Amino acid sequence: MTISETREKVLSGEVQLNDIVNHYISRIETRNDEINAYVATDFEAAKKQAEEIQKKIDKGEAGKLAGVVLGIKDVISERGKKLTCASKMLEDFESVYDATVIERLLAEDAILIGRLNMDEFAMGSANEYTNFGPVKNPHNTNKVPGGSSGGSAAAVAADMAMATLGSDTGGSIRQPASYCGVVGLKPTYGRVSRYGLVAFASSFDCIGPLAHSVEDTARILDVIAGFDERDNTSSQKATGNYVDAALNPNKNIKIGVPEEFFGEGLDPEIKEGIESLLKKLEADGAELVPIKLPYTKYGIATYYVLATAEASSNLARYDGIRYGHRADKEEVLDELKKEEEALRQQFESATGDEKIALQEQLTKMDSALIRLYKKSRTEGFGQEVKRRIMLGTYVLSSGYYDAYYGKAQRVRRLIQDDYKKAFEKVDVIVSPTAPTTAFDIGDKLDDPVQMYLNDVYTITANLAGICGISVPAGTHSDGMPYGIQFMADSFQEEKVINAGRLAELHTK
Amino acid sequence: MSVTEKEVQYIANLARLQLNGEEVKSFADDMNKILGYMELLNEVDTDDVEPLEHVIDLESRLRKDEAKEPLSHEDALKNAPDADSDYFRVPKVIE
Repeated sequence: MTISETREKVLSGEVQLNDIVNHYISRIETRNDEINAYVATDFEAAKKQAEEIQKKIDKGEAGKLAGVVLGIKDVISERGKKLTCASKMLEDFESVYDATVIERLLAEDAILIGRLNMDEFAMGSANEYTNFGPVKNPHNTNKVPGGSSGGSAAAVAADMAMATLGSDTGGSIRQPASYCGVVGLKPTYGRVSRYGLVAFASSFDCIGPLAHSVEDTARILDVIAGFDERDNTSSQKATGNYVDAALNPNKNIKIGVPEEFFGEGLDPEIKEGIESLLKKLEADGAELVPIKLPYTKYGIATYYVLATAEASSNLARYDGIRYGHRADKEEVLDELKKEEEALRQQFESATGDEKIALQEQLTKMDSALIRLYKKSRTEGFGQEVKRRIMLGTYVLSSGYYDAYYGKAQRVRRLIQDDYKKAFEKVDVIVSPTAPTTAFDIGDKLDDPVQMYLNDVYTITANLAGICGISVPAGTHSDGMPYGIQFMADSFQEEKVINAGRLAELHTK
Repeated sequence: MSVTEKEVQYIANLARLQLNGEEVKSFADDMNKILGYMELLNEVDTDDVEPLEHVIDLESRLRKDEAKEPLSHEDALKNAPDADSDYFRVPKVIE
């Protein structure tokens, strides 16, 4: 059921809110064991919320999202609820405040039914790097749902929520939306407050909605967008009329078609499907403009320098002191003692240079506190998170900073300039959302570079800070859905909603 | 440029991570693969390009100097692995 349908039925009294909540509870009870989208649910709280909101509806005081049942990615704070980021590091962490987006959703009477699985700390493209076990794609449970917002996309696809919130740092809303056949919207950087979103790469991170329709994503964006003084990078620019853009789309838009997004590596069936959809939009009145974004091919390399650098810095906060996993103190002390004894023994029997080296090792041994940090982090973080922390620390380390981080920041500007130039001529830029449909679970686990290449079409939007949407475009002969992506300039969400709606009119 | 196992150990120390022998090896492999891919950036001439630090033009803004309710003491300590009623507790630092 879509948000607008729900709203109509709820406001007219045709449907009671507890029926809606019970529908989703029963869906979750039937499907979640298999799909593994939710990591926590609170049905009693949802029922209670429904009762209270029903009273408001009866009094004619209902908010814009009255009756809308939402799931929230487990990276966004909801006061009093667990916030794990699908990491052992935070398995017992409980939020002590609400994220701004949560405050805004609750103020408009949305019902929050549960917390959604994800790649640990939002690092991943398949939702396999999680402390809760992988999420399965509802269209075929041998396939991944995409990531990192895999739970958010799968929950919508399996009708376990009317819509969900995800986060998008390099494609983490749009790519899973494409793999699961739902709509996913990544707003412009700074459009939606990041207050209460656990930081991964702060110059990229964005919260956005996933839903069954373009209009539904617009309705959620309408509530969560806008300035927030608690987020230093929140923009004071006025928000747009997103719902209207979905309801009354303009057919005469200029769509930029970048050759770089339709080349090597793209599944031929997806290419054909997107091109035939574009012909239909052209017949409707759109103008297709061939464009070039020559720096596209540097997107992934640029992103993985900058995002890992930011991640290594952001994740330094997990030291086991103020919150998060802490290693056992006795074990730490015991470990150090044993190491010291072993070194001393070697030292006694060593001679010459070896003795000097051992002497140095002994003086350089970790203090108990340093070892506590190390052991806590080592036990708390999963493999991919460690990999990215290591890479990020490396590219920021003395002697490499300019060669990697400085270089990538410069290429980032060139990528953004590519887009700025293109948007002087076109309203939106179109591309496939991902080069393939969802792949088999376990397929790319052993090859980080192959895993990163899934983000090839989504990542440049994050580098440029612009907005993008993925809308289901068709079904591949392998039975899996794939999406079409529209990107627009900063703070032009109405344009991607408009274009997305035009595409949706042909595919729904 | 290739990352040696010794460098991996050095970086792990900076990142406050402990890696066993096997992990050092596999991280060195992974990092070399990924850093090798990143070499692509060397093709780009960036001599006259300024680094991009903020993707959107943000208006500099000041807030009013007003006292606001901070996170309560109780909430701030709520998720501590070890705390008494007033402080986080850590293992003894001075040997």
